[in-house]
Amino acid sequence: MSHHIIEFKDVFFRYPDGTEALRGIHFRINHGESVGIVGANGSGKSTLLQHMNGCLLPTSGTVTIGDLPLTRKTRQEIRRKVGIIFQNPDDQLFMPTVFDDVAFGPLNLGLDEACVRERVHRALGMVHGLDLRDKPPHHLSGGQKSSVAIASVIAMEPDILALDEPAANLDPKSRRSLIAFLKTFTHSKMIASHDLDLILDICERCIVIGDGSVVADGPSAEILTNRTLLEENNLELPLSLQRC
Amino acid sequence: MTFDAQYFDIGRLDRLSYRDTFVHHLDPRVKVIATMLFLFTVISFPKYEVVALVPFFLFPVLLMTLGEIPVWFILRKVLLVSPFAILIGVFNPFLDTGTVAVIAGIPISAGSFSFLSILLKFTLTISAALLLIATTSFPGVCHALRRLGLPSLFVSQLLFQYRYIFVLMEEAMRITRARDMRSFGTRGAGIKVFVRLIGTLFVRTVDRAERIYYAMLSRGFQGDIPSLRRTRIDVTDLAYLTAMVMFLAVFRFFRITEGIGCFAQGLLR
Repeated sequence: MSHHIIEFKDVFFRYPDGTEALRGIHFRINHGESVGIVGANGSGKSTLLQHMNGCLLPTSGTVTIGDLPLTRKTRQEIRRKVGIIFQNPDDQLFMPTVFDDVAFGPLNLGLDEACVRERVHRALGMVHGLDLRDKPPHHLSGGQKSSVAIASVIAMEPDILALDEPAANLDPKSRRSLIAFLKTFTHSKMIASHDLDLILDICERCIVIGDGSVVADGPSAEILTNRTLLEENNLELPLSLQRC
Repeated sequence: MTFDAQYFDIGRLDRLSYRDTFVHHLDPRVKVIATMLFLFTVISFPKYEVVALVPFFLFPVLLMTLGEIPVWFILRKVLLVSPFAILIGVFNPFLDTGTVAVIAGIPISAGSFSFLSILLKFTLTISAALLLIATTSFPGVCHALRRLGLPSLFVSQLLFQYRYIFVLMEEAMRITRARDMRSFGTRGAGIKVFVRLIGTLFVRTVDRAERIYYAMLSRGFQGDIPSLRRTRIDVTDLAYLTAMVMFLAVFRFFRITEGIGCFAQGLLR
């Protein structure tokens, strides 16, 4: 059961207002892979991530996480496996104090008190946020909010991590420590971002999404050096490669 | 007061509750119960009562001193909401004209007493409620209410309100700033623009609520907000509550002010 596979098969998704956000997404991510999801604004990256744990269910096609197909019935089970970190930490941190927020997931998993405290301690320790534990989220800075949002998901010890623009709003140093931290997470992970340098740094594989379908899928080193492909998708070469 | 100033003022009330004094350390449940008892006692006085209410000011004054809460801050807040109380009572002196006393040749109507009584009760109750919030963290109050038996749905509502009032106000502040930057003089400040602003804020709030709900679901939310907060009522808390009950009972059933008056007269004689 340790095979943390993510598989999308011909996934279509249409929003209630008629917008077709995903049109036949197809890919498979194997155990332990780190995959970057890139694409223009509005290409469907966020919608795709929301399919990872059943916040949205495909209009047609199947999503399989591990060995479970995603359905209305299995999504509780799948939510234990997949931790999603949303783009805006204010949406992610809804409890009145940092401690309560990080403890929210573990408590919902039904763990006992000692175990919850232990997990909160460990998760906050990983993001260097132990001294924030009694603060209310609205007294935190943007970078601190992001760290706590990550801790709140890590505390559930998910098999798969999905992040939506993790480095947006972070100052360069916080971004560096985020990158360092993400490299230590060895399970499967998916990162949707416009920060191509970050993807180049963390992910060995990269999927380009355009207009709701997969435009390219391959090693990051190949895709992120393909100037024409990137520019067709409103992207550009990672800054670290531009000077060459 | 401008919007920004209001915003920072609410933030200040919140920050006060994170101080570190004797009052702040009391168990939230005890403080909630004490405040409720205080409110009911004050309200229970008959409508012409004035003299017996005065000793009750000892409670807010003590809390303010022990909790190191700035007096002006609380007074300003009380003044801010005072128009409600004043409007309710201001016509009493003219409607209830039976003379009950003559002081220095001027007849005092019963209505004046009931007006004064309303004002005193108002000041006492509002300042007690404000002091509860200023000396107890809001999550603490919520948790106390939950442990005292308030349904979890209401408590969750309160918790979310507290968490997101700051986010919402910041959003409103950004929208108003964006409007002010591009409306020169009065043109952009009209009611029509205002209505649209409110509309935008509403739509954004609904969107945000949806995103928050997704975030909650992603972390296994199934209807109840769990909590690990363990607080224990210790001797200090019990002592505080006992003192409070005795204080209230004595002030409610014995005419303290009269007693002090008689005692003073006795000394003078």
